[in-house]
Amino acid sequence: MTTTASPTLDRFGRPLVAITGAGIVTSLGRGKADNWAALTEGRSGVHGITRFDTSNLRTTIAATVDFLPDALSSAPVLSERLAVLAAEEAIGQAGIGSLPANGAAGVFPGALFLAVPPVEMEWPQRIALARASGRTEAVSYADLLRAAASGAFTEWHDLFLFGTVADRLADRFGVSGSPISLSTACSSGATAIQLGVEAIRRGETQAALAIGTDGSVHVEALVRFSLLSALSTNNAEPERASRPFSKNRDGFVMGEGAGALVLENYDAAVARGAAILGFVAGCGEHGDGFHRTRTSPDGAPAIAAIRQAIDDAGLTPDDIDYVNAHGTSTPENDKMEAMACAAVFGERVSQVPISSNKSMVGHTLSAAGAVEAVFSLLTLLNGRLPPTINYEVPDPAIALDVVPNTARDAAVTRVLSNSFGFGGQNTCLVLASEPSA
Amino acid sequence: MANGPVHDHARPSERDVWITGIGIVSNLGEGRPAHLAALDGDSASQVDTDTFAPYPVHPAVPLEWGKQIPKKADQRQMENWQKLGVYAAGLALDDAGLARDNPLRQDMHMIVSAGGGERDYAVDGQILSGIAGAENPDAFLNERLMSDLRPTLFLAQLSNLLAGNIAIVHGVTGASRTFMGEEQAGVDAVRVAHARISAGQGDIFLVGGAYNAERPDALLIYELGGYLWTEHYASVWDRPGEGGGFILGSGAAFLVLEAREHALARGATPLSVLRTVASSQPRRHPGSVGSSVEKLWSEGAKGFRGIGGAVFSGATGIAGITEEERGSLTKLVPQIPVHATGDLFGNTLEAQFPLGLALATTALEAGRLHQAVVTSVGHKRGEGVALLEAVPNGGRAV
Repeated sequence: MTTTASPTLDRFGRPLVAITGAGIVTSLGRGKADNWAALTEGRSGVHGITRFDTSNLRTTIAATVDFLPDALSSAPVLSERLAVLAAEEAIGQAGIGSLPANGAAGVFPGALFLAVPPVEMEWPQRIALARASGRTEAVSYADLLRAAASGAFTEWHDLFLFGTVADRLADRFGVSGSPISLSTACSSGATAIQLGVEAIRRGETQAALAIGTDGSVHVEALVRFSLLSALSTNNAEPERASRPFSKNRDGFVMGEGAGALVLENYDAAVARGAAILGFVAGCGEHGDGFHRTRTSPDGAPAIAAIRQAIDDAGLTPDDIDYVNAHGTSTPENDKMEAMACAAVFGERVSQVPISSNKSMVGHTLSAAGAVEAVFSLLTLLNGRLPPTINYEVPDPAIALDVVPNTARDAAVTRVLSNSFGFGGQNTCLVLASEPSA
Repeated sequence: MANGPVHDHARPSERDVWITGIGIVSNLGEGRPAHLAALDGDSASQVDTDTFAPYPVHPAVPLEWGKQIPKKADQRQMENWQKLGVYAAGLALDDAGLARDNPLRQDMHMIVSAGGGERDYAVDGQILSGIAGAENPDAFLNERLMSDLRPTLFLAQLSNLLAGNIAIVHGVTGASRTFMGEEQAGVDAVRVAHARISAGQGDIFLVGGAYNAERPDALLIYELGGYLWTEHYASVWDRPGEGGGFILGSGAAFLVLEAREHALARGATPLSVLRTVASSQPRRHPGSVGSSVEKLWSEGAKGFRGIGGAVFSGATGIAGITEEERGSLTKLVPQIPVHATGDLFGNTLEAQFPLGLALATTALEAGRLHQAVVTSVGHKRGEGVALLEAVPNGGRAV
């Protein structure tokens, strides 16, 4: 590869980070075309859960991905499959390296950053081990250990290691170096992109594959969020359950999916003749030590993360045309996010459209930051704002233009995408059509 | 290609990375003196062969949690893997001279290597005992989970909540990222923090990991793969001949990594210089670990001069890969002492590489060594190498 005489740098003297490929899978379907059509039509992917029996549960709805029937045996299996589909689409579009074909692994000339749900053994496996132990009363882990020692379940060791999904993806796509599996809870997908941006900026790699994936709607995962009173219980009307920014919002809806971006050093991408789809212009993050599940009441950490992302892009709040909200539909998040936006955008806040994809695809958890970055990119490319659906009862405390219910054409060149998570995680990205001068 | 240091002319000048604080907790005790004593042969590692028989574990030394986690309410919200990590993180911050009210804590970045867990063993046992006879097993499972699970247990299980608890308890809120993936997560957490400081993407980081081995569900995952050592205690180097295996260990280590300029400006005392960190994860086949270690050594430890140096190996004791690593080390540095951190700590997975760095730093700071190389060969995947050096003149005249 030839080196350009003078590298193209941002205003801080860093290499520009271009997006050359994007891929997505959600409950709305496979691929950018189907997802974008559904999203801008205002279609919901939320439905009654059929994957497992929902009797005795408080919430019985989710935006699960049900069109991969052979991949539903456990969360890591589905998470891997979703990631594969998104990555294939992204790498194929970027035309970089080679995709796996005819049994041969692919070659991706760069690093992998994977946001993936924390892995754990699930109930079907625990029950199978208990059964194999032959014990039916006073079953304990000692019995499960005895069954494990039989050597009949060895494949479950690898299945339930935290690094396995990334390792399998790294093998399949032929990525370089040591793949990173990461979790920053509900901002994980944005963190994967941020890690890729940083690696390119410091010259460690010319390309990065950033993926967020989540296929973890299993019974205990649902119960956990339910016990924290985080989920909507509007089981009667699944499509209308996720109502970000509405006064009658009552919790989020779990979702599944994956988003993938191919990130490249701009000069390297141009040198190989790649089409530039957009740029990740800035990243910001700030921790919050207030509480394990609740955010600081003054919104300071979220405000700091938003400001840092805009600063990092060399922009000011006035330069942001649209916000892809975290917008979970929980009473607390949406209030805090509106407050944070008001603090950053000032009087202009009501004129900056902000919409939540989660009104349609649910909260895709570890994948959300990446799924929503792909939707943010599509917003830039199509000049069209996806709506916040189910917006029927405005919350007087939230004075935002949430692009209610119907998509809208708009000239958009810079998008802020917010992600906030349990454990005080706040990560924001600025995506742009053109690099800022 | 490995993620080693890249010599790119377009890069900004690289900055030296100092370790200015360590927090270490294991079966050997807490803090630097207890671990130096073990290196000097004045104390031996502890093995509990009874509690989880036939599986031995290296248990964490009993800790007075309140010394680093003052609020009982915070202690109750955590399980032991998190408490070990929060405790060690507090020791590291203290060691680095970053008092609780130091505003630097609010800007510090964290990279934590973590697994997850833990289970409520009573609830799991009751469900597994009742489900076989339940009329509708699915409905039974749902009912029991909804009524028996402690709502806050989730927060003691989530991988990123070790970092979250460090933010809450110690006020480290600049940012946090959690890497998952067993031994290699610990290597890459240190590598990425080092790379970011070196490239000017941050000045001060808290990096580390924690693992609680005293959990039957943790033992279960490794017994599924047949990795647990159940014979009489033997060094990791001697286990491959008898089938191989590891003893899980409880422990935690956190390091304060800091740009040299930043540490000098605040008058911090360096304990060691973290020169390079390299990692790779080639597909495993016979010979791959040996060649990976040698390749990483050529990238990450080529500045190792030998005299006054030692290797702190993270070898697990698994057959095949352990002999390959040993063979490569013998080839690379035949005359150099090699300490197996697995003999001292057991396998602490995500915490093993940070523990190796903390132990090496302890020896460097105490003047026992001039240089140290820390290696990692994950039981299933991933290899890493780091080079550390003593601070010239103890950092006083740099």
